[in-house]
Amino acid sequence: MWWMRIKALIIKEFLALLRDPRGRAVLIAPPIIQLLVFSYAATLEVTNVDIMVLNRDAGSWGQELAHRIEGAPTFRTITHAQGPEAVRDAIDTQKVIAAVQIGPSFSRDIEAGLPTDIEIILDGRKSNASQIVGGYLDQIIDGLAADTPAGQRSASAAVDIVPRNWFNPNLIYQWFMVPNLIASIALIIGLIVTALSIARERELGTLDQLLVSPLRTSEILLGKLTPPILIGLFNITLYILAAVFLFEVPLRGSLLFLYGGAIFYLAAVVGVGLFISAMAMTQQQAILGAFLFMVPAMLLSGFATPIENMPAWLQPVTLINPLRYFLVIVNGVFLRDLPIGEVVKNTVPLAFIAVGTLSAAAWLFRRRLE
Amino acid sequence: MSEPEVAHQAAEAPSLGRGRRFVALVRKESFQIVRDPSSILIAFVLPIILLFIFGYGVSLDATRTRVGLVVESATPVTQSLAASFQASTYFDVINGHDRREFEQDLVIRRVHGIIVIPSTFAGDYAASDAPKIEVIVDGSDPNTASFVQSYAQGVVAAWTGLNGAESTGGVPIITVNQRFWFNAELISRNFLVPGAIAIVMTLVGTLLTSLVIAREWERGTMEAMMATPVTAAELLAGKILPYFILGLASMTLCVLLAVFLFGVPFRGSLLALYVLSATFLIPALGQGLLISAVTKNQFLASQLAITTAFMPAFLLSGFLFEINSMPRVIQWVTMIVPARYLIPSLLTVFLAGDIWSMFLPAIAIMLLMGAALFAMAARNTRKRIG
Repeated sequence: MWWMRIKALIIKEFLALLRDPRGRAVLIAPPIIQLLVFSYAATLEVTNVDIMVLNRDAGSWGQELAHRIEGAPTFRTITHAQGPEAVRDAIDTQKVIAAVQIGPSFSRDIEAGLPTDIEIILDGRKSNASQIVGGYLDQIIDGLAADTPAGQRSASAAVDIVPRNWFNPNLIYQWFMVPNLIASIALIIGLIVTALSIARERELGTLDQLLVSPLRTSEILLGKLTPPILIGLFNITLYILAAVFLFEVPLRGSLLFLYGGAIFYLAAVVGVGLFISAMAMTQQQAILGAFLFMVPAMLLSGFATPIENMPAWLQPVTLINPLRYFLVIVNGVFLRDLPIGEVVKNTVPLAFIAVGTLSAAAWLFRRRLE
Repeated sequence: MSEPEVAHQAAEAPSLGRGRRFVALVRKESFQIVRDPSSILIAFVLPIILLFIFGYGVSLDATRTRVGLVVESATPVTQSLAASFQASTYFDVINGHDRREFEQDLVIRRVHGIIVIPSTFAGDYAASDAPKIEVIVDGSDPNTASFVQSYAQGVVAAWTGLNGAESTGGVPIITVNQRFWFNAELISRNFLVPGAIAIVMTLVGTLLTSLVIAREWERGTMEAMMATPVTAAELLAGKILPYFILGLASMTLCVLLAVFLFGVPFRGSLLALYVLSATFLIPALGQGLLISAVTKNQFLASQLAITTAFMPAFLLSGFLFEINSMPRVIQWVTMIVPARYLIPSLLTVFLAGDIWSMFLPAIAIMLLMGAALFAMAARNTRKRIG
């Protein structure tokens, strides 16, 4: 019976992956370590940075500003510079990320009700962090301006902005990072496990034995793709548990949608992996080929930067990227209780990618045999 | 399948000098690189793709963000503020009269924010009674959420400046001049491309090397080599020298693309660039050797290389995220990521110039790490044989 044959192959594939204790460990430990380390590491908040202040102002307002900067929890140490050379040296060697320069007429201007200015030098090599630090310093200076006599006069006329962050009121970065990592780490492990499956047999010479067995090509492929999908689902389950119980990311949508999307996502990933595997002659080629797909897929998924920000000619390339669709599903189901229409809209392309890559893999596999 | 033959030849000629033996090893390894298209793929094709993505595709720079704009009651003042939002180059505005029109759009990300000018605004503004507007953003994408908030603030500040603030005649009380040294226009490509170069060298140094040598262990050709008069040290050195050169070649290609295609400034010296890169390759290769000696299996090696080298080079190196802001334990982990020591110096060579007082400590640490990794790799290699 054909299902008995496939079952035997699936068992064999599982044994090949899980027989070696190190093989078992590597399917579980690195993904968990990646999730833990990277979700704690990736944060857009900037804290504990060092700042320099060059205060040339003899009056009280310059001192007040320096005090307020020192009091801000964002900054770790505040160094007082004696001159511009010290500023240059500290920025050059990255001892500080920013230097605030208060001019000699700062207090005089404020007391006289004249407009005045402050210069902030930031390290453009760390452009992300320094823009954020620049924003914090702006807020502190705005606060000071509001407390000056002129500021108090105009305060009542100033327009207040009431910010409301839906779905993530405190903009906790992990709520964004952890669901995204679930999708990305599943890609890494699913792709490499599958890419190796045929390539390993080809390299070891056991593929010929498989071919002379009664299994048909489609059965071989079915047997090869089932274990990685199951392992992927197992990993995704672990991550969802970690996300909910360890990172306390709210799970607002339906788990059913999440798993439904995950099955099609894994099928698409495994399709790509099998295609690479059918193409590769050696395991090394398979792993590196998987890598060649994985790195652009992660960068062009909307994870780090929105797809709309990419140039128009590049955006169509992202249409064949499975990660792009699953990121929408996983982030949406966790945080935004994504409606079913949107889930379907992002699942259908995954199904197309899965069918397309699996047929291409089958075709390539057959052609390679002739 | 040439390794056994070469090894056999070396075994037959014990009288060969140390130098010639070494040259033979390096030649054999170089042939393998040239013959396998996947090495070329990782050393030259992937870097080009990566640089193109970082150069053109991934832009952290601001572009137009689509938002819904709700004007609850139309008066000259609210229309004027709304016009400021419509004219802003940061926003692509869809107009509406009720916030509920956009609530579902925010859930499915058709808009990234809702700006509400409430019906009380005109009255409060006329009475100077703390007029308020609301900016609702999608917090499930914190990056875009912060962008929308700060651009909205910018639009409102500019509008306030034009329409009043009678006390200072439209000029803010304290003007903040922010000057970003080394990258004045904050072009994200200028720091992404040098960072990508560090990642490329990590891939060649650690991932590729660990795979190649793990394969030799897997197939048993490593043991065959051990049986020849070649010493373990010679063997390891002969294995990695071609990858060292490949890493530098790959880096050179990247730098040429960065400077001539992407126009990234190069303000330091070639000497500093090559000294730093060559130094970085020592721990990178050492890590690759250690991974292969410990795993002796390509699948395990690839997973370990990705977890301990590739992803840390991205996320734990200070390239994308500020190390000082990470939890203390993670900060300790970053200490053993070689890329952490390369990336600030590499960015400095590109954007600032030669600052040796910064490079030398980094070089010293990378050399130390390299020595430690090689010692561990050698120990593991010998132990398995003994």
